[in-house]
Amino acid sequence: MLNILRAGLMTSVQDRGRHGWRQYGISLSGALDEPSMRTANMLVGNAENSAVLEIVLGQFKAEFRRDGWFALTGASCSAELDGQPVWTGWRLPVKKGQVLSLSMPTRGMRSYLAVNGGFAIDAMLGSHSTDLKAAFGGWQGRKLQDGDQLPLGKPTRRFGHRAGVRQLLWGNRIRALPGPEYNEFTHDAQDAFWRNPWQLSPQSNRMGYRLQGSPLQRSVARELLSHGLVPGVVQVPPNGQPIVLMADAQTTGGYPRIACVIEADLYQLAQIRLGEPIHFIRCTLEEALLAKQQQQRSLDQIAWGLAHEDRS
Amino acid sequence: MQRARCYLLGERAVVLELEPPVSLVSQQRIWGLCQRLQQNEQIAEVIPGMNNLTLLLRDPQLKALDAIERLQRWWEESEVLLAEPRQVEIPVVYGGAGGPDLAEVARAADLTSQQVVELHSSADYVVYFIGFQPGFPYLGGLDERLHTPRRAEPRLVVPGGSVGIGGSQTGIYPLAAPGGWQLIGHTPLSLFDPQQQPPTLLRPGDSVRFVPQREGVC
Repeated sequence: MLNILRAGLMTSVQDRGRHGWRQYGISLSGALDEPSMRTANMLVGNAENSAVLEIVLGQFKAEFRRDGWFALTGASCSAELDGQPVWTGWRLPVKKGQVLSLSMPTRGMRSYLAVNGGFAIDAMLGSHSTDLKAAFGGWQGRKLQDGDQLPLGKPTRRFGHRAGVRQLLWGNRIRALPGPEYNEFTHDAQDAFWRNPWQLSPQSNRMGYRLQGSPLQRSVARELLSHGLVPGVVQVPPNGQPIVLMADAQTTGGYPRIACVIEADLYQLAQIRLGEPIHFIRCTLEEALLAKQQQQRSLDQIAWGLAHEDRS
Repeated sequence: MQRARCYLLGERAVVLELEPPVSLVSQQRIWGLCQRLQQNEQIAEVIPGMNNLTLLLRDPQLKALDAIERLQRWWEESEVLLAEPRQVEIPVVYGGAGGPDLAEVARAADLTSQQVVELHSSADYVVYFIGFQPGFPYLGGLDERLHTPRRAEPRLVVPGGSVGIGGSQTGIYPLAAPGGWQLIGHTPLSLFDPQQQPPTLLRPGDSVRFVPQREGVC
């Protein structure tokens, strides 16, 4: 059992998301920083798609009600286990009764907490992710509250020692491909999109990141019919302020799509703080596919390194 | 045959977009194509939209660009899916607390509330696709006299089960959400239940009829 003493701003149960249900209007959900989520699971020997806690901006406290191992990844935040420092990107042992507390991160937005054995929560529609809008999945279909008691799964592995990995780095240069309606925007708008910094608005959430900057004008007034949406799509509503769709985005929409953030860079958005600037970098399909391959290779190396270390 | 444009959206999604106008026949072909694509190993998901469909490749590293050409060909070979349409009746309490905008819709259409209910409940609607919310049906077939602009001030919370009109569309909100549609009634029916298989009451191609309940205007 994990006893939540302080749930923080927004802590939710997430995995890689609910794939295959968008034709029913059901959003993807899932960890916004997928590499960090997977890394946390690898560290504690769980399947990569096991449920973890996504903790936004720290300020979280929980008591372990059994012995085990845990890992914290993602945002750089000072965390402590009964007063002893906890390093992000490390697997550490924990004894029953010990309290893990996270303070506000110095860098980044989201921390991921994985526990060896995972959380013993039923999957819904094939996923443990919380669908916060439709209020199902995860822990009672909602963000965690103080006093929640999350059942933990049986530990599947024993570890002899602590282990740490080099996590993926993140920055604010986000690569994107031009979207289907890119050419319907004025030349000035196209230039501005790539050249100007965009401020991440406080109204951003897991559905969409709202960006602030000089409004983007379209040169065509054509209304679009509703079409399927995927995370990463950058849509521009009539006010000209772009929105990057994130994991909880609705499944269909009708705003023009100026660009699409490449999959390999979505996790970086997950860690950018509200109010910070974002730069979009235009890239090609080949670069996007290569970036994804490289990211997978980095994660494979982490997994390999851990497997090697555990054997030695 | 209606011309189609195929393109990539990001690196994983391939979109087939038909030229206007929207028609039931081409939407039926989209349903047919969606069904066929779902059986393809290389395709992870298919999302039908209005006059378009979006498919997600399982592994975009395998020649994302080829997929565009293939989708175009599949469209050309596709057939209208004319499965026996399921008839779904939706009981609705029109007006009152669950339909606060019924009088407004009547005023805009220069009709009485009773006439609005009669028009709204005498048509057979077709589910074109599901989107926006789990189980939210985009319905075709609203009588032109009932086309009503969305509210100038969207509501912060539209209760789940609300039946509304937004422009030329009518639909049902399965879950509470912010929304700008004019609300004319409320159904006690659940349109989304993640415990059920399938989790939504309605599917593309279904035929829907609203049945006025005695507790409301009828």
